[in-house]
Amino acid sequence: MPFQLTINRKPRSVDAPADMPLLWVLRDVLDLKGAKYGCGIGACGACTVLMNGEAVRSCQIPVSAVKGNITTIEGLAEEGKLHPLQKAWIDLDVAQCGYCQGGQILSAASLLAKNPHPSDADINAAMTGNICRCATYNRIRAAIHQAAGDSATKEGGSHAGA
Amino acid sequence: MPVLEKFAQYDAEMQALIAEVEMISPSVVTTMGRRSFLKLAGLAGGGLVLAFNLDTRSAKAEMAATGDAANTELNAFVRIAPDNTVTVYSKGPEIGQGIKTAFGLIIAEELDADWKTVKVDQAAINPKVYGYQGAGGSTSIPRGWDQLRQAGATARAMLIAAAAKQWNVPVSECTASESTVIHTPSKRKLTYGELAKAAAAQPVPDVAKVPLKTRAEYKLLGKRYTGVDNLKVVTGQPLFGIDVTMPGMVYANYTKCPAVGGKVKSANLDEIKKMPGVLDAFVLEGTGSPAEVMPGVAIIAKTTWEAFKAKAALKVEWDESSASKDSLTQAAAKAKELGPNLPTPAVNIGDVDAAFAAGKVVEAAYDYAMVSHQQLEPEVTTGWWHDGTMELWTPSQQSDRGLGQVTKMLNLPEDKVIVHQTRAGGGFGRRLANDYMCEAAAIAMKVNAPVKLQWKREDDFAHDMFRVGGYHFLKGAVKDGKLTAFQQHLVTFSADGSRPVSGGARSNNSFPVDIAPNVRYAVSLMPLQIPCGPWRAPTDNTQMFVIGSFLHELSVAAECDHVTFLLDWLARPLAPPPSGGPPQDPSRTFNPTRAAGVVKLAAEKSGWGKKLPPGHGLGIAFGFSYGGHIAEAVELSVDAKKKITVHKITVAADIGPIINLSSAENQAQGGAIDGLSTAMGLEIGVEQGRIQETNFGDYPILRMRSAPPVEAHFIQSDFRPSGLGEPCLPPLAAALGNALFAATGERVRTMPFKRAGYTI
Repeated sequence: MPFQLTINRKPRSVDAPADMPLLWVLRDVLDLKGAKYGCGIGACGACTVLMNGEAVRSCQIPVSAVKGNITTIEGLAEEGKLHPLQKAWIDLDVAQCGYCQGGQILSAASLLAKNPHPSDADINAAMTGNICRCATYNRIRAAIHQAAGDSATKEGGSHAGA
Repeated sequence: MPVLEKFAQYDAEMQALIAEVEMISPSVVTTMGRRSFLKLAGLAGGGLVLAFNLDTRSAKAEMAATGDAANTELNAFVRIAPDNTVTVYSKGPEIGQGIKTAFGLIIAEELDADWKTVKVDQAAINPKVYGYQGAGGSTSIPRGWDQLRQAGATARAMLIAAAAKQWNVPVSECTASESTVIHTPSKRKLTYGELAKAAAAQPVPDVAKVPLKTRAEYKLLGKRYTGVDNLKVVTGQPLFGIDVTMPGMVYANYTKCPAVGGKVKSANLDEIKKMPGVLDAFVLEGTGSPAEVMPGVAIIAKTTWEAFKAKAALKVEWDESSASKDSLTQAAAKAKELGPNLPTPAVNIGDVDAAFAAGKVVEAAYDYAMVSHQQLEPEVTTGWWHDGTMELWTPSQQSDRGLGQVTKMLNLPEDKVIVHQTRAGGGFGRRLANDYMCEAAAIAMKVNAPVKLQWKREDDFAHDMFRVGGYHFLKGAVKDGKLTAFQQHLVTFSADGSRPVSGGARSNNSFPVDIAPNVRYAVSLMPLQIPCGPWRAPTDNTQMFVIGSFLHELSVAAECDHVTFLLDWLARPLAPPPSGGPPQDPSRTFNPTRAAGVVKLAAEKSGWGKKLPPGHGLGIAFGFSYGGHIAEAVELSVDAKKKITVHKITVAADIGPIINLSSAENQAQGGAIDGLSTAMGLEIGVEQGRIQETNFGDYPILRMRSAPPVEAHFIQSDFRPSGLGEPCLPPLAAALGNALFAATGERVRTMPFKRAGYTI
């Protein structure tokens, strides 16, 4: 079936079965590999995308139920300018294997949009749907705090850390 | 014992695999030390390229490879281009342990390269050129240390020689810094890019005559660096095995019998083939080895989702006559029966009974569950059978071994299998096996297109190589504050009836046999037909829970402060290493001074001996694991419903010099929290040969809300560096149990702790 989607602020036409989850439409039909398959039951958060700014599990949303703008991790940086969370993730060298981190960043982006200065408890509540099997939780928390305090966005990301 | 021959063979392969990845003997180190470098000419664009001369045979292969213009850079470790870019080829897989960045840093340090212009690329899988290309046993750094430093230093020497020649000055008047050679008296400068072509014309110096820096001279190593792929990670660029795509690619899933060893009797293939998006469905007989291809049904579809949907409709009748019938609840009951009946000891040192009679005796029974890896990227490999060649893209931890396995399995000539290494979404030991790679190859042989085999998460649960469970029956004696006797009866599982399964044995590497002056050790085996294998810090991840907790029980019995008891225990005289075997590399063996150092550091940083807030308990444990000396302390409190709050974890580690402090801290934090996650809540059940857990809903990997702050401290000794992927995990469980005892007076002798009613 044909569907008209808005992915990363651009209109995209796709032909897919109505029950195909958005995750697989993104990955296999639109060749956007940022959202990852982790569990297929909405339990790990690796497939997180933003639907109208809200973090959702793309493995649980059939393409027929997609409404509004979808932001994937590929589209979080606008016009080549990294989101403060992406900058913080690089500055603090958050990733180990990196597989979950796109989903983590999008969950954090959804949190910061609603709550620009979250406490540890706010972060814990918002981020508990995202498993990091490498357990980089300390750094994820620190990076969210750093991004929240980073009002003046600087250019690009640094190759060397602190 | 009714055990399939193939299954025993499988386990033997996994045992050999663990031995292979753990093996770092001094002979390996010395060979590296004598290595020389080959200078590769004929590169497009010119520049200096250095590759390793492993041995004569490899050198020939290398030279042959460089004759092929398309492959010129594939076997090079260091390449300096006229535009001043330094490219380093990382020969090992990046699985989250940070070696891609670390390898680059080590070379850049000795090269005096400007880190901002260093690029790290993944090397081709070619064991003839690179030697070992796996990542296991926390050995990537120790195996690469000499080789990579020498590569950097040799290139630096050639660049300086080229500059000195151009300026017509003595080499001794020149120095290098940030990819620039400087003539000190005249302050003249030339960049590496400007010198690359001339440097390539210089003779390659003998590595023995190229000095390496001392730790005090490091400019790069030991500081914090962000990972070289982090920009790609945070912008969602394709890096992983699952991200591989190519024109005309189709998608596959493979369904095996839920009880390992079952064969396909019949399947509703005709129905499946009619489903939307399904291109084909067929049965594979397999090779019968869980390390290769077990019998099953492959479904080929236009998308992953359509393959998964067809899998849900797949009905297979299995012949389970040779399949596993194992039950872990029955095994637990059997182990309890076996525990008190000590068989003939395998080790008997001193007079254990006399020491028991003379001291205060403590007896305890410990056990721990089977656990699963569950790296976040489910198993995946893309295969393409074309032009008589099998080409594979895989996130394996041992692609070099997989290349050999596929070549043998498909009976192809050696040069007709090509393996491309992708970044791996976690490893944890699971991807030392290459079953998914073999399956992808077997499926690709029957598909006239590139095909991506994608496991479902449920497949990863049903068909893991699990960390085996075990039961320990312990007896120890203390006298005058010292451990005088130790008796251990390990009841574990066996695939072949003669030795513990892979990952199930007691490790002599982590705790020397002479744990006490008088030692008795015996093993009882129970049959098991469930594939087991290496899981992050194999054997140590369970052994250290048991020993580290029991040592605390003994110090309590001896009425000793535990840190005092540990320090005294660690300072005990050790028996000389057994004669006849290969000489031990002193940087890889247990060292009482290094051990005491980390215990003291963990005690200091955790506030040992200081007044704690009411209700808080502090526990400490030591571990020697995969070359690392690690002590960890846990501070926690517990509420009336047995819910634990961990307030802080302190890690103190001596792994020699630190390459990338950021990555080291990350590994320490991740290892400790993985240890906490596993100790608290993770367990795999097996009934009728079937794994009971199916997805993350019933396998509660620790999440953000339960993740405590972890402080990491390092003693940067001058020993050769060891790796950090594994050693920070094992001591955590004992530190947790010891802290729980301090807070509540209750000793938990089982993992996961949720069995004792505790939650986090």
